[in-house]
Amino acid sequence: MTVATIFIDNAPREVNPKQNLLHVCLSLGYDLPYFCWHPALGSVGACRQCAVKQFRNEQDATGKIVMACMTPAAEGTRISIADPEVVAFRAGVIQGLMQNHPHDCPVCDEGGECHLQDMTVMTGHRQRVYSFGKRTFRNQYLGPLVNHEMNRCIQCQRCVRFYREYAGGHDLNAFHLRDSIFYGRHEDGVLESEFSGNLVEICPTGVFTDATLKHHYSRKWDLQMAPSICVHCGLGCNITAGERYGTLRRVVNRYNHEVNGYFLCDRGRFGYEFVESSLRIRHPLVDGKPATRSEALERFGAVLRKGAVIGVGSPRASLESNFALRALAGPDHFFAGVPDEESRLISAMVRILRDGPARSPSLDEVEHSDAVFVLGEDLTNVAPIMALRLRQSVRQAPMRLAAGLHIPEWLDHAVRETVQDAKGPLFIASPYATKLDDIATATYHASPDDLARLGFAIAHAIDATAPEVIALSPELETMAAKIAAALRGAQHPLVVAGASCRNRGVIEAAGQIAWALCKVGSPASLSFTMPECNSFGLALMEAPPLSEALRTVRSEPVSTLIVLENDLFRRAPANEVTSLLRGVQHLIVLDHLGNPTTDAAELVLPAGTFAESDGTLVNNEGRAQRFFQVLNPSTDVQESWRWLHEVSVAAGSKSMERWEDLDDLTATIAKEIAAFGALPKVAPPRSAVGKIAREPSRYSGRTAMLANISVHEPRPPQDPDSSLAFSMESGPGPVPSSLIPFFWAPGWNSVQAVNKFQSEIGGALRGGDPGVRLIEPSRESVWQYFSAIPPAFKSRSGEWLLIPVFHIFGSEELSRHAQGISQLLPRPYLALNPAEASLVGAKAGGRIKILIEDSQFELEIMLRADLPRGVAGLPAGLPPFDGIQLPLFCKLASVGTEFSARGVL
Amino acid sequence: MLTAEERREIEIKLADYPNKQAMSIESMLIVQRHRGWVSDESLGDLSELLGLSVADLDGVATFYNLIRRRPVGRHVAMVCDSVSCWIMGGERIRDRLCSRLDTTLGETTADGRFTLLPIVCLGACDHAPAMMIDGKLYEDLDEQRLDEVVARYK
Repeated sequence: MTVATIFIDNAPREVNPKQNLLHVCLSLGYDLPYFCWHPALGSVGACRQCAVKQFRNEQDATGKIVMACMTPAAEGTRISIADPEVVAFRAGVIQGLMQNHPHDCPVCDEGGECHLQDMTVMTGHRQRVYSFGKRTFRNQYLGPLVNHEMNRCIQCQRCVRFYREYAGGHDLNAFHLRDSIFYGRHEDGVLESEFSGNLVEICPTGVFTDATLKHHYSRKWDLQMAPSICVHCGLGCNITAGERYGTLRRVVNRYNHEVNGYFLCDRGRFGYEFVESSLRIRHPLVDGKPATRSEALERFGAVLRKGAVIGVGSPRASLESNFALRALAGPDHFFAGVPDEESRLISAMVRILRDGPARSPSLDEVEHSDAVFVLGEDLTNVAPIMALRLRQSVRQAPMRLAAGLHIPEWLDHAVRETVQDAKGPLFIASPYATKLDDIATATYHASPDDLARLGFAIAHAIDATAPEVIALSPELETMAAKIAAALRGAQHPLVVAGASCRNRGVIEAAGQIAWALCKVGSPASLSFTMPECNSFGLALMEAPPLSEALRTVRSEPVSTLIVLENDLFRRAPANEVTSLLRGVQHLIVLDHLGNPTTDAAELVLPAGTFAESDGTLVNNEGRAQRFFQVLNPSTDVQESWRWLHEVSVAAGSKSMERWEDLDDLTATIAKEIAAFGALPKVAPPRSAVGKIAREPSRYSGRTAMLANISVHEPRPPQDPDSSLAFSMESGPGPVPSSLIPFFWAPGWNSVQAVNKFQSEIGGALRGGDPGVRLIEPSRESVWQYFSAIPPAFKSRSGEWLLIPVFHIFGSEELSRHAQGISQLLPRPYLALNPAEASLVGAKAGGRIKILIEDSQFELEIMLRADLPRGVAGLPAGLPPFDGIQLPLFCKLASVGTEFSARGVL
Repeated sequence: MLTAEERREIEIKLADYPNKQAMSIESMLIVQRHRGWVSDESLGDLSELLGLSVADLDGVATFYNLIRRRPVGRHVAMVCDSVSCWIMGGERIRDRLCSRLDTTLGETTADGRFTLLPIVCLGACDHAPAMMIDGKLYEDLDEQRLDEVVARYK
């Protein structure tokens, strides 16, 4: 990076000349107030808050007032932040903004973490001089997730800039003008964007606040917080979770430059409420009845002594918990707990990333790709933040237009004016239309096999030595050539795929394209989405899939099945699960929410959710990231790995005696499984760092909150696993980036305190972003092109290929039980192309009968013209269909008719 | 529902614009010429026709004071309140108009005959005070002339 020297209040400072003055001043640690600027949104110069005085040269004593956010940090620039005239100017701007702002901080949810409060204090504005009435608005109902209070608005525009320009939403806008400008929807209603929750953090004050927090409100300064990882998809966004009085209160974004940056999706932000769901298991259950901890351990021990044990792990449990079960049952008797097909697909993805030359990019690298091909994924619903990142990626190529005119990247509206509607290449081939299609160069909707064929054809068009697709239609040939040309012409091409189609050809085709690009000398990236938060980590354990568990139960004398954080009825059809459960005498389940598997168990142990546990998850990039316990439960809830350790030691196991705490455990895993060699480096060990307080220094009521039990303040709970303390007391020394419990700095109470933790604004956290990549592409060229190209899909008469249709709210197991999100779930339906619907005499809004294997259901019809012929869609993960392993062929009949042996036609 | 006539006019005009977004103001003015104002329902219809969200259209509609989002009377009188008219007695004219019609600026008379709206400038400063009724400009107003003009609109 080139460096420029500028003078701030006569002191020479080295800065990044590609940036604006506000950016560099904040990067240097100056407190310069701002509102409309945001590092992810750039500068528009609307609020006039970041005024500084600029001087022509050393002799210039007069200077002129400029907006720091709109002025480049060019070599030799001389500015003053402390000049009395700009100080007064900035105070005057705040005075104007505060003119209409209500005096309601004590009852405002934002109070105590409000950027407007911070900036007001920073400028020294104290006294209201405007004596007229304030303008008022009627607030809107925006759904169960985001609350609206327009009177607090200071018209900075950040909400609409984020919602519309950054996230591509259409239903939020600025209305009217001047003093009565209003930000909201055209009428009351649920915000349509999957990223609406970011308004809570984007808004510098309390116009948009977290509506779920309102039900169990606490000030930020009263929350006990810890760094955590989102468990609601495979991307592993970093979150900060907050607790008060023993319950989880909220989740906010935890900045990680490489992963989620500044934003979360609504599933990630609001899914946390499942932790306090009524299904929560807080005490052991023995034979379906509440039992004490010792009764449970006794039963566990007794069962273990009776005979052989097999363990079924889970892609939504931590590496540590999966490993503990593997250690207890033995590597030969530990199974992955995912359906065979899914297991094969995920292993294929891991293998492609490990054996081939294409690298899995971080989400930041995804955003900086300049040509993208998405194959078979509905990213907005499967990996939402990746969709948000791709929305920015299409700006990369057109950004060169602005660069050609010497318009810096951060000058947001000038860049947007220059670029207009120009978008970089993004091609989407998916089984049905996705929300990202609106920014796509071209889209192709077809059955999974046909998608794979397009993929293989693109690979062949890039590199003629890749196998050719036989009998490809001329249109697909043309499309493949077009996509191949766009990818080849890019500096940072990216291919995205995943397991959503449940089709191996799709995954191999994506790998083939990336490999072909690498072969012709292009630095291609390959990003696979993962179905769950630790699918990747579990795959690295290389445990056999669920059917092997059933085979083992049938072939060997197995007395006990231990299931770890896994509802088997979502993993396989009910009859298969039942036959597995019948094959053993004892079923022990560790989980946190009640489900059909826990219902069937003899012994249920209350497992900690992410909020009550420490552990490591591996995201879709292959990045291992640690999450830390936020609260110390007063119930029997604890990490699954700790339960398993306790019973093993009690039952006399020698192998597990060696580890007592998290650091021992991660060291053991690193030693035993080569893929996890770097696991201890994911976060510093407890011994390496002094105490880090989970509670802010203003945490109130510490001595009083348990006074109803005893007036003597109890000793704070001890955390044996990390340097984080359940206390307000920190040791000296800086906090490592992976252990930052919350972002706060003197004078910066809002989430924008993150400025003080970054090496450069919008860049890496000081000391490097958290997480360690566990896989890198192979340097040896041992890989070979895949040659198994599926034949073109042929629709069957009287049968339809049933594929999963993903929903951000509903398809994921845990967030469905969050109170806010549960109000937004789709009703079960069957999606059909109108032409197919007319074949079976079904109409929109009507009902239809569906025969899946041997089960019949009746469902509402949804007509979707974007669905390919011969295909029907079923919402993924929604009960009662969550155990059905799609895709498979189904039969359809209109209500009132019967299925014949050959279907209805 | 948009009428066939409104739809036809919009489709003709669409050819003059590079994209549908650019057509938002014109399409709302077409509806307003036919109905006097733009209702929520009309916004919904236009949203469907132009493929723009209702929020997009309403953001534009509420920005411009000449796009009306509330029903108006049979006639719309726009009274200039900018500086030249103010110097030349515009306030007197405004008060007289309001008292004659027994209503205030921004309101519609009880019989639905007139809606009175303020406007910042009619570009007739050399003939202030001025007002405009249903698109026709009236200049050099005094009380007597105002009465004569108003009487023409039933």
